[in-house]
Amino acid sequence: MAHLPVVDFATDFDHTDPAWVNDPYPIYEDLRARCPVAHSDRYGGAWLPVQHHDVAAIANDHEHFTSRNVVVNEGRPGPQAPPAPIGVAPPITSDPPFHQHARRLLLPAFSPKAINELEGFTRELCTDLLDGLGDVDRFDAAVDYAQHIPVGVIAKMLGFPPEDGDIFREFVHIILEGVDLPFEERIATFEPVGEYFEAQILDHQAHPRDDLTNFLLNVELNGQRLEMRHVFGTMVLILAAGIDTTWSAIGASIWHLARTGADRARLVAEPDLMATAIEEFLRAYAPVTMARLVKDDFEFEGHAMKKDDWVLLSFPAANRDPEVFERADEVLIDREVNRHAAFGLGVHRCVGSNLARMELRVALECFLARFPDFRVEDEAAVTWARGQVRGPRTLPLLVA
Amino acid sequence: MRVTIDESRCQGHGRCFSIAPDLFESDELGNGRVLGDGTVAADHERHARLAVANCPEGAVGIIEEA
Repeated sequence: MAHLPVVDFATDFDHTDPAWVNDPYPIYEDLRARCPVAHSDRYGGAWLPVQHHDVAAIANDHEHFTSRNVVVNEGRPGPQAPPAPIGVAPPITSDPPFHQHARRLLLPAFSPKAINELEGFTRELCTDLLDGLGDVDRFDAAVDYAQHIPVGVIAKMLGFPPEDGDIFREFVHIILEGVDLPFEERIATFEPVGEYFEAQILDHQAHPRDDLTNFLLNVELNGQRLEMRHVFGTMVLILAAGIDTTWSAIGASIWHLARTGADRARLVAEPDLMATAIEEFLRAYAPVTMARLVKDDFEFEGHAMKKDDWVLLSFPAANRDPEVFERADEVLIDREVNRHAAFGLGVHRCVGSNLARMELRVALECFLARFPDFRVEDEAAVTWARGQVRGPRTLPLLVA
Repeated sequence: MRVTIDESRCQGHGRCFSIAPDLFESDELGNGRVLGDGTVAADHERHARLAVANCPEGAVGIIEEA
């Protein structure tokens, strides 16, 4: 794509480099031994800590780091961008103290109780997708299965037409993967996203119904309805953060089970292991890397960080830190002690974590019930998403 | 033995009430809450220790009582 290949990730890392996209784990391991905070001049300056304690420290440090933008790209929030503390997609782009108010509004809609009510719908969706495959001996578990599950659930929650799934996936691709485009080009690609959401907001204003969009249009913060850019930003956040991430977690888990017959057989024989298996898949294949911007020049562990430098907050790297996890590079589906950070650390813990876990569990339960035996047809044909969300985008399987 | 949650650290990862539903529950926001006074029956001690060991924020604690 737009960027030159990386020669040394310690001094020139790039999370869109094909080597990183294909398999980032040896890179984290190498950096952990050598750095352990890597730097790159790409994207206007960026840092990459790979140890759990550094990731945790930065995630909890709102004095030196801002969440004003959390997707590393060639630009920076300009003077015309929504100012802190709200940011473009609250609450993920908000800083304290505004952050906690914007977040608190959303939490009840994603509480375990609220998410339990979506389980039946999700199970039906998964079953319909599997039934729709017919009598197959090969199919693509990412394209034909995983990607449709969060799209269906998020469309239902926001009250968007379920048949618009292709549009949502294109938006998510623009927002999360088009990060190495020149800044003006990147901004231009956002236009159809804005138009689509505007049309949905107008439709929900004209025809109110019981969904998250109307909830956001009506809910009050400090006695006033939310500013329209707040509603818009939160809707974009729910779409972008709710689709790619869970699709990736489902796909990566199926990928692991397709390549690891012993784990697959054991999970079929011992379904009680699903709870620890899911946490282990989330640890080992954590889909999300977050980001922060440095607020002002300051020194972090001997590194001179500059105002507006990016910091990639790699929860996937933190989750493989041998200082915190025994046998960190092994996937143990019965791992009982698993303090993983797949959903982040600190006040920005993923608002959708209960939803993601429910979708992942139901998707795997339905899949294993239908296909107890499957394997990867061609390892070379498996492709992975680029950027800050990692999961398989093509996953051709042979099924028994 | 009693379990505790440090509310200033809890971020609602939900691990405690998933692992030990006899000791913890979710509040309306999804944060963890100790059930009753947190007293742990002998047959739940293992779950109590697992809840502590799995909290990503280190918010769950145990008070050992004589």
